[in-house]
Amino acid sequence: MATIKSSDSVISKSRMTTPKEVWYKRKGVQTVLYHLFVGLAAILMLYPLFWLFGSSFKPPDEIWTNQTAIIPNEFYPDNYPNGWAGFGGINFEVFYKNSFFYAIVGTLINVTASCIVAYGFARVKFAGKRIWFSIMLLTLMLPAQVQIIPQYIVFTQLGWLNTWLPLLLPRFGGQAFFIFMIIQFIRSIPTDLDEAAMIDGASKVGIFYRIIMPQLAPAIVTASIFSFYWTWDEFLIPLIYLNKPDLYTVSLALRTFSDPSGQTDWGAIFAMSGLSLVPVFIIFVTFQRYLVEGISTTGLKG
Amino acid sequence: MAESVITLPKTKRKKSSKFGQHNLVGYLFISPWLITFFLFTFIPLFVSLILAFTDFNVLANSGDFIGLDNFNRMFNEDRRYWKSVYATVKYVVFAVPLRLIFALAVAMLLNTTRRGIGIYRAAFYAPSIVGGSIAVAVMWREIFGNEGLVNFVLGLVGIVGPNWLGRPETAIWTLIILAAWQFGSPMLIFLAGLKNIPKALYESAEIDGANGWNKFRHITIPMLTPIIFFNLIMQMISGFMVFTQAFIITGGRPLDTTLFYALYIYRRAFENFEMGYASAMAWVMLLVIAILTAVVFRSSSYWVHYEADEGN
Repeated sequence: MATIKSSDSVISKSRMTTPKEVWYKRKGVQTVLYHLFVGLAAILMLYPLFWLFGSSFKPPDEIWTNQTAIIPNEFYPDNYPNGWAGFGGINFEVFYKNSFFYAIVGTLINVTASCIVAYGFARVKFAGKRIWFSIMLLTLMLPAQVQIIPQYIVFTQLGWLNTWLPLLLPRFGGQAFFIFMIIQFIRSIPTDLDEAAMIDGASKVGIFYRIIMPQLAPAIVTASIFSFYWTWDEFLIPLIYLNKPDLYTVSLALRTFSDPSGQTDWGAIFAMSGLSLVPVFIIFVTFQRYLVEGISTTGLKG
Repeated sequence: MAESVITLPKTKRKKSSKFGQHNLVGYLFISPWLITFFLFTFIPLFVSLILAFTDFNVLANSGDFIGLDNFNRMFNEDRRYWKSVYATVKYVVFAVPLRLIFALAVAMLLNTTRRGIGIYRAAFYAPSIVGGSIAVAVMWREIFGNEGLVNFVLGLVGIVGPNWLGRPETAIWTLIILAAWQFGSPMLIFLAGLKNIPKALYESAEIDGANGWNKFRHITIPMLTPIIFFNLIMQMISGFMVFTQAFIITGGRPLDTTLFYALYIYRRAFENFEMGYASAMAWVMLLVIAILTAVVFRSSSYWVHYEADEGN
C-alpha cells in the first residue's frame, strides 16, 4: 500500500545546492514522510479486516496461538465448508439466496420509485410541492423506532409475519435519501430538451420516459449501490419480521451462527463473517467513484 | 423551471402558469411516495403517539388509556431508562466528536495532489462501508474478547488485559472505538468541502506571513463551518439511533452500561412486548432529536450561505 516515491530527492546529492534544489529536496523528503505516515495509518485502518480474512484460513488451534498474523502458518480452507453448513439443518446457501433476493428486489423497487418521485419534484409544477418536499426531507431525520412499533402491530394483525411484505411494501414509495439525490441530479440536467419535446407535444410522462430517464444513469447507479449494500446490511427490520431460520438473511444468520453460547468453531465464524462482506467489497471496489460522488455531493451517510 | 415557452404572448403565459400547473401529473408522479408516506410513516407516527398514552401489550392483551403513566414511569421509576439515556449520551458525546476529528484530520491529509490519494481514500473509507454489518460486529466482539486479539497483543508484552466487554468501565469504549474507526463518510464530505476552499485565500494569507496553524484556524475552519455543522447533525442523529453494534457486541451488558436508547426500546417493544411504553420512549427520542436538530439548524443560518436556487 505505502508505495514510497523518492524520485525527486535523489538528483541533487553531490553538487552545491541551489535554492531551487533545496526546495525540491525538501519536497522529496516530505513526500516520502507523507507516504510513510499515511500509508502506515491506512494499513492500521485496514488491519482488522485483513485479520478477519486471514483468520478465516487458520486451523482451530492457530486461531488462538497465532492471533496477530494475517497470513496463517497452515492454510486451512476447511473453515468455509464447515461454516457453510450453517445451523439447524439449514446451510448458508439459503441465507445468501434470501439476502440476494431482498437486496436486489428491494433495490429495484426502491430506486425505480425514487426516480419517478424525484422527477415529479424536480420537473413538474403543482400546488403544495414545497410543503411535500419539506416533509420528505424531514422524514430523513425520523427515528425508525417511532414507526416500526405501529407497523409491526398492523403487519402482524394482517398475518404478514415471516413474509417479505413488511420489508418490501414500504419501499414502493422510494427512499427519501435517494429521491433527494436524484432531484439534485435532475436539476443539473438542462431543460432545453424538455422544452423542445414539450413544443413537439410530448407529455410530462413522455418527457420523463424518453428524455430524463436515459440521462439518469449515473444517479441510478449511485442510488442502486447504496440501496444494495444498505439492504444487505439491514438488521433491525429483518430481525423483527423474519423469525423462521429458512427466511433468515445473511445478517440474521450470522447473528445466530456466531452466538457465543452455542458456537465455538471460531474459524467457521470468521469464514462466514468474511464471506458476508465480499459482495459489499466487490461493489465498493467496482463502483468506488460513484460512491464517493454520492457521499460528497449529497452528504449521504455510508 | 420549464415555463418558458417563449412564443406565447405575455398575458396568455401568465394565465397558463396559473392553470398550467400540472397538479394531477405532479401528484401522479409523487403518489408512490405520498401513499407510502401516509401508510407507513404518517399514520404509524400518529398511532405511536396514541400508544404512548396506553399500556398496550400484545402478550398481556391490554390496551387501556393510562394518561401520562408511561412518562411518569420512564422519568421517575424506571432506573434502566436513565441508564440507557446515560449510555446513549456518553456514546454520542465521545463517539461523534472523535469521529469528526478523525474525519477532518484525515481529509486534510488527503487534500493534496500527491499520487496514490485514491488508494488511501479507499483504504480509509473501507471500514465505514462494512461498519454497519453484523460481520464486523462479530469480529469486534472477538477482538475485544477475553482471549481476543487485543488481550493477545497485550499478553505478548506481559500485560494481562482486562475483560473489555465484561467490565462496566470498558465495555462502552469498545463501541466508541468502533464508531471512531468508521469516519469514512464525514471524511469524504470534508474532503469535498476542502477542495472548494479557494486557493487564493491561502495564497494571500501566506503573503501576509500566516503559518500553517493560522491558515487552519482562520481560513480552513471558518470556511468549513457549514460542513462541520452538517456532519455534526447527521452524526448526532445516527449516534442517538445506534443499535446493531451494541445488540451484537455487548447486548447492553454489563450492568446496562451499553444499553443504548434504541436497544432499550427494542427490548421493551419486541422482547417484553410493552409497546405502549416503548412508543412513549420512542416519542421522547423523536422530540429530543427534533429539538436538537432545530437548534443546530437555527444556528446554521448564521453560518451557511444557501444558494438562491431552492426548488420552485
